[in-house]
Amino acid sequence: MTDSRQPPPSAAKPATPKTETNWPSETQPHWLVRPTTIRGLWLIFIIILAGTVAAQFYVHVHSEFGIEGTLGFNAWYGFGACVALIVVAKILGVLIKRTDTYYGN
Amino acid sequence: MTSISALPPGLILVIGGMILPLVNASVRHFLLLLLPLIVLWMIWQVPDGVVLQTSFLDYQLTPLKGDSLSRLFATIFAIMAFAGGLFAVRIAKPSELMAAYLYAGSAVGVAMAGDLITVFVFWEIMAVGSTMVVWSGGTPAARAAGMRYVMIHLLGGVVLMIGLAGHISETGSVAFVAMEPDAWPRWLILAGFLINAGAPPLSAWIPDAYVESSPSGMVFLSAFTTKTAVYVLLRGFPGAEILIFIGLYMIFYGIVYALLENDMRRILAYSIVNQVGFMVTGIGIGTMMSLNGAAAHAFTHIIYKALLLMSAGSVLHMTGKRKCTDLGGLFRTMPLTMVCGTIGALAISSFPLTSGFISKSMINQSAADEGFLIVWFLLAAASAGVFLHAGIKFPWFVFFQKDSGLRPPDPPWTMRTAMILLAALCIGLGVWPDPLYAILPNPVDYVPYTGPHVVAQLQLLLFSGLAFFVLLPAMKRTLTISLDWDWFYRSLGQTVVRRVVTWVEHSATLLKEDTKAQLKEFVDAVIRHHGPQGAMARTWPTGATVLWAAILLGAFLIASFYP
Repeated sequence: MTDSRQPPPSAAKPATPKTETNWPSETQPHWLVRPTTIRGLWLIFIIILAGTVAAQFYVHVHSEFGIEGTLGFNAWYGFGACVALIVVAKILGVLIKRTDTYYGN
Repeated sequence: MTSISALPPGLILVIGGMILPLVNASVRHFLLLLLPLIVLWMIWQVPDGVVLQTSFLDYQLTPLKGDSLSRLFATIFAIMAFAGGLFAVRIAKPSELMAAYLYAGSAVGVAMAGDLITVFVFWEIMAVGSTMVVWSGGTPAARAAGMRYVMIHLLGGVVLMIGLAGHISETGSVAFVAMEPDAWPRWLILAGFLINAGAPPLSAWIPDAYVESSPSGMVFLSAFTTKTAVYVLLRGFPGAEILIFIGLYMIFYGIVYALLENDMRRILAYSIVNQVGFMVTGIGIGTMMSLNGAAAHAFTHIIYKALLLMSAGSVLHMTGKRKCTDLGGLFRTMPLTMVCGTIGALAISSFPLTSGFISKSMINQSAADEGFLIVWFLLAAASAGVFLHAGIKFPWFVFFQKDSGLRPPDPPWTMRTAMILLAALCIGLGVWPDPLYAILPNPVDYVPYTGPHVVAQLQLLLFSGLAFFVLLPAMKRTLTISLDWDWFYRSLGQTVVRRVVTWVEHSATLLKEDTKAQLKEFVDAVIRHHGPQGAMARTWPTGATVLWAAILLGAFLIASFYP
């Protein structure tokens, strides 16, 4: 079966340079998942993280119990709490995880 | 019009819901959207105080009583019925829509009831409606989960009824007022309320039954049973200290199980238990601000949980897939669903400028104000955990993560509109909380947008996000479920019952065989002795009889010689 969509051979085809486009195609990854974008996002993220800790110099945190007024308290407490929760979940998972056909679904 | 305000608004939805399957499609769609709006209007016509009274047996019932707490909950239930109806209108069967409106209407009925008997009646109608919504999932798994669901809720209803009977006979009054859990009737009432709230040990019905329902069904299910339980706890047991501990358990149970879970809607179901735990803790703390916080949190939670479930439901509807291991990369082709899901995720995490920030924070603040050190630190850790399991995990694994190869489009316009409506409410209330603060039960002197609060919250959330991405390799999704308290009646209980049944059957067989054998022996013995050849019954020769007669007479003669 001849491909009838091919242009006639006599038509001059301008050379299309292979440049990076932002349009997603099946062969080119979406701009959001490209490594350069990911690196850029991480950079912005770290800058914002530093900013939230730095902002504590400009606002006075009223602390009820003493410790939560220290610099960056919420930062390391949030990070630590999440690590602890993931660790606890993993440990508990060893005991209670079963394949998802356990109850015969 | 005093007459219209005397009609319990919930009945409009209940009766209207029952008409829905009987009319044609366009009338049904019209009614679906109109009924909740009528109910919403009627709620705001109800004045404060007792509006409707009837007598039943010896008691004065007040099926309709207005006050700010009732109106708050009834309002959000009506809004939720509208949004849920809009979401469901194209994709749900008429029977599911009827069940959903029956369910929503009876929730409004509970919210606006003034006495315990009316509460109980609407409570049971809610159980019926919600079971039918679960069954509308249509699959065998839905039917099985629905059976377990109805068993739990009937058990809860029985416990509640016993408690109510004890309480009413003890106090002689059916009024629904604040109570202390000081005697067995009120303990049972509390237990009945807590079963519907999803407190341990009977909490597994939420991740079990809700997840088997249809994409639109779970949106309805998430809103009413648990939040009605929060309402009755708010009114019935404010300040009960045990609720703080139950709430804290529910919070961390929800986070940890959600972290282990693979099914995207089950993650959100565990998240429901987690969020209701915050509300229960707030009720337990019992100050005006914490009760305000619990009520406001219930209001905003219904909106953003429905939004999250709508985005999950849209994904389920368009792809047919529900496991995180099967999903990913959907941001490419479902941008609106992704944005709405992300807004819901930010709201549940109490990100500044969302509705979660202006509501849940009141509970944390009231713990600090009361000097509850450990409770405050646990609630702060939990807020980080919420961002972890719902704020990031859910959108990440569903919309980003990896490329699953799926390219579904955004869902139909009715579903998109419902999501946009709720997303607008999430952001709108986050930016301008005053309309919500105005309808809370207690006066509000809480200011959410202070510099320190925003900075502290951003630090907490963003560094939790850092933890998620740093530990991402440890969060790999597996094809597993996590065992819960329901293992006791689903696995252990079934094994025990099966063993008992086998033993009983075996014993019954043995008993039958034994009895037959003994009976046979007895009959044989009788025949041996009394049958035709038996010693007692066979014919004796005459001579033997004469001999025996002579012996007997001789013995008599000898015996007569002795006085």
